Amino acid sequence: MNRETALQIGRFMILVLVQVMVLNHINFLGYLNPYIYIIFILLAPININKSLFLVSSFILGLIMDFFGDSGGVHAAACTIIAFFRPVALRSVFGLSYEFQTLKLSNLRFGEKFIYVILMVLTHHIVLFSLEIFNFSHILLIAKKTLFSSLLTIIVTMLVLVLFRRNDS
Amino acid sequence: MQQIINFLIRNKHSLLFLLLLFISLVFTIQSHSYHRSKFVSSTNFISGGVYGWQHSISDYFKLKNENTRLLEENERLYNQLSAFGVDSVSKKHIDTLRYTVPYTFTKARVIKNDYSKIDNYILINKGEKDSIKPDMGVITDKGIIGIIENTSKHYSRVISILNSNSRINAGLKKSNQYGSLVWNGEDPNIVQLETIPRQAILKEGDTIITHGRSTIFPRGIGIGTILNYKLNQNKNYYLIDVKLFNDMTNIGFVYTIKNNNAEEIKSLEKSEYE
Repeated sequence: MNRETALQIGRFMILVLVQVMVLNHINFLGYLNPYIYIIFILLAPININKSLFLVSSFILGLIMDFFGDSGGVHAAACTIIAFFRPVALRSVFGLSYEFQTLKLSNLRFGEKFIYVILMVLTHHIVLFSLEIFNFSHILLIAKKTLFSSLLTIIVTMLVLVLFRRNDS
Repeated sequence: MQQIINFLIRNKHSLLFLLLLFISLVFTIQSHSYHRSKFVSSTNFISGGVYGWQHSISDYFKLKNENTRLLEENERLYNQLSAFGVDSVSKKHIDTLRYTVPYTFTKARVIKNDYSKIDNYILINKGEKDSIKPDMGVITDKGIIGIIENTSKHYSRVISILNSNSRINAGLKKSNQYGSLVWNGEDPNIVQLETIPRQAILKEGDTIITHGRSTIFPRGIGIGTILNYKLNQNKNYYLIDVKLFNDMTNIGFVYTIKNNNAEEIKSLEKSEYE
């Protein structure tokens, strides 16, 4: 097991613990929680084995469901953003992704921001549509998606900036 | 055949994706229907353990508050006892086996409480080992909390009244009209009482209690007071907003209720249908 794998596994566990024990209890303004555990999916290496990536994202989501008693909503949302991550990467970073020269740890702020927005919005739309699962509540879905996404994006960007790895 | 295998290999990522998505959607749909055997639940050993551990830390910070609540409850119960002319020592039954009480209460602690979603669940630290079974009621000193839905050896999951699947019989304290208690997903301290017939005489501030029409809750457990009410569209029923006695965002200890006559009642009801 090399250093990169250990880093991913460590990140996975820390994110799960932080999410479950701290962030799920924030309930900002009564109902808003930032879901930053998807940082694992955002920062997974570009050249990771696709099947492994899908399965590990699914398991990450499922663990969230086990802790949150939410059925399979996190698992579904995580699987979907893991599957569509290449699309998001290609549309945001273009050529540097195609030629595999991209490094997620040293990106310009603007590009990283757009990438995070895309992924978080997709995740939250799926998450809240499945969680509420009722089209008569479509306004509620929109409201929750919008405000939760805002919170998640802010917290995620803070985490990404504060815990940046200095590649030597 | 070769082509099929080639197709599978070429699309293995998409197929894996579809498989995983399918599994998660099955879990999701299962979680939205009441009373299915549920695989994804926080009653398991790991998440129950983590929540229990977390709770054992945060417990300390609530002690003062909970002590006050317990004292208040004791005070109220002593006052009721003295109103019935019973002193607290005279009625001690040593032979508890022979003494048939209709309901048995068991204390439990809440180790996880949700209130910000549409389908909220509460995790308590008593399970099958303490003879907790599904379909037992859960209350606090102030009022009802929910119904046990899923149990493991040491933990049970309570379907909170703040859950779109929850429907509990409730009615007015001063009359016998009753309806069902649901939640619209907005305010965690306000639930809705539906299908109270138009003939009922309502006033803001009236007390809503359980009516004991099922085997889950005994009659007369408090729920809340009427905040406001209006008639529904075809003017047959009232829609009532009920302000809960409990603060659902702050629940420490609860009691589960076991109906000792449940089996008898159920077998009687069953024989009626046959």
